[in-house]
Amino acid sequence: MKSGLAGIRAAVGQVPDPEIPVLTIADLGILRDVRLGADGGVQVTITPTYSGCPAMDTIAEDIVKTCARHGWPDVTVRRELSPAWTTDWMTDEGQRKLREFGIAPPARRGEAAGPVPVQLSVRCPRCGSPDTRELSRFGSTACKALYACTSCLEPFDYFKAL
Amino acid sequence: MITQPAVGGYALQLGDDALIMAQRLGEWVSYAPELEEDVALGNIALDLLGQARALLTYAGETEGRGRTEDDLAYLRDEREFTNLQIAELPRGDFAEEIARLLVFSAYQFELYQRLRGSRDEMLAAVAAKAVKEVAYHRDHATLWTLRLGDGTEESHRRMQAGLARVWPYLDEMFRTDPLAEALAGDGLAVDAPQLRPAWTEYVAAVLREAKLAWPGTPAVPGGGRQGLHTEHMGHLLAEMQYLARCHPGARW
Repeated sequence: MKSGLAGIRAAVGQVPDPEIPVLTIADLGILRDVRLGADGGVQVTITPTYSGCPAMDTIAEDIVKTCARHGWPDVTVRRELSPAWTTDWMTDEGQRKLREFGIAPPARRGEAAGPVPVQLSVRCPRCGSPDTRELSRFGSTACKALYACTSCLEPFDYFKAL
Repeated sequence: MITQPAVGGYALQLGDDALIMAQRLGEWVSYAPELEEDVALGNIALDLLGQARALLTYAGETEGRGRTEDDLAYLRDEREFTNLQIAELPRGDFAEEIARLLVFSAYQFELYQRLRGSRDEMLAAVAAKAVKEVAYHRDHATLWTLRLGDGTEESHRRMQAGLARVWPYLDEMFRTDPLAEALAGDGLAVDAPQLRPAWTEYVAAVLREAKLAWPGTPAVPGGGRQGLHTEHMGHLLAEMQYLARCHPGARW
């Protein structure tokens, strides 16, 4: 059964991020556009979080498979660099899911932020304490930093604001 | 007249810088002084590799000879690489790597910040994306420079020695390149000499705060942009290209 454009849009939006599977590519804001091309195929536009994000290839493959499952075997996945992705594109729903998963969500950058955003406090996603410290600015994936909570002593990932 | 291949040649220069620097930083994985630093340098290498992929792909497209990013990375010989020599210097101690990262990321930061305004859409897009990543790299190198420079007697000595090791390669970084200069006239590229004042201001402030002296080591002739490399480049390429050349078309 072939889905309509609205159906295929929703289905593609549900493709999970392979590194943080609780988030979909729609939650992350990396799905930029789904439309029908002149040739009748589906055209999907995604944007990378970081230039070297190794999840992009897997995501592109998953999009093609998802479209095929919904009756659209003809898919083009386009990668767009501009405008550059920012964590501000992550949805509120995405922020909530991250926190529940145990990753502190990124601070909203807004317009006035400098080149490296300075955050006053990252709240522990487990106990909610603002009393946390940075262990390393670089974590298990390009988009995360490593923190530890001084209250409950648990280490946790922080999704860096970019 | 500015041709598309000229833009591609410029993309290749910047892509080669990022690629070779990524290769060197990747060598640190499992060698850094602490696990977090393995991860940090590995992540920085990954960002640079991503930038290199976009730039090399674009260079291949504009060249119009059908070469892919992989063809350009794996199947060119030493004299065809146009990276700055500072990127290819062999891995020294950790302080030396931090010195290189400080110098290089501060250079990339100033470069990409200006390249965001390029009239070439692709170069502008790559730069706008990369400048945010490079800001983190520069910040990381700065924090370590402060820690080592203003740390113990031994860490200070090593950081100062690390700076002295990379300083001879600065002149090449800020030298006018005929290709970039011509493209800069058309608002497509950034002419390297104009980066120097802002770069100097930033690095001088870091060294001052870290209680480190501005090194006085004399410059080497350079020539990376013309395909002239140090004796270390061939070894680096042998390792980087070995698999792709022995098993053409190999895939994971």
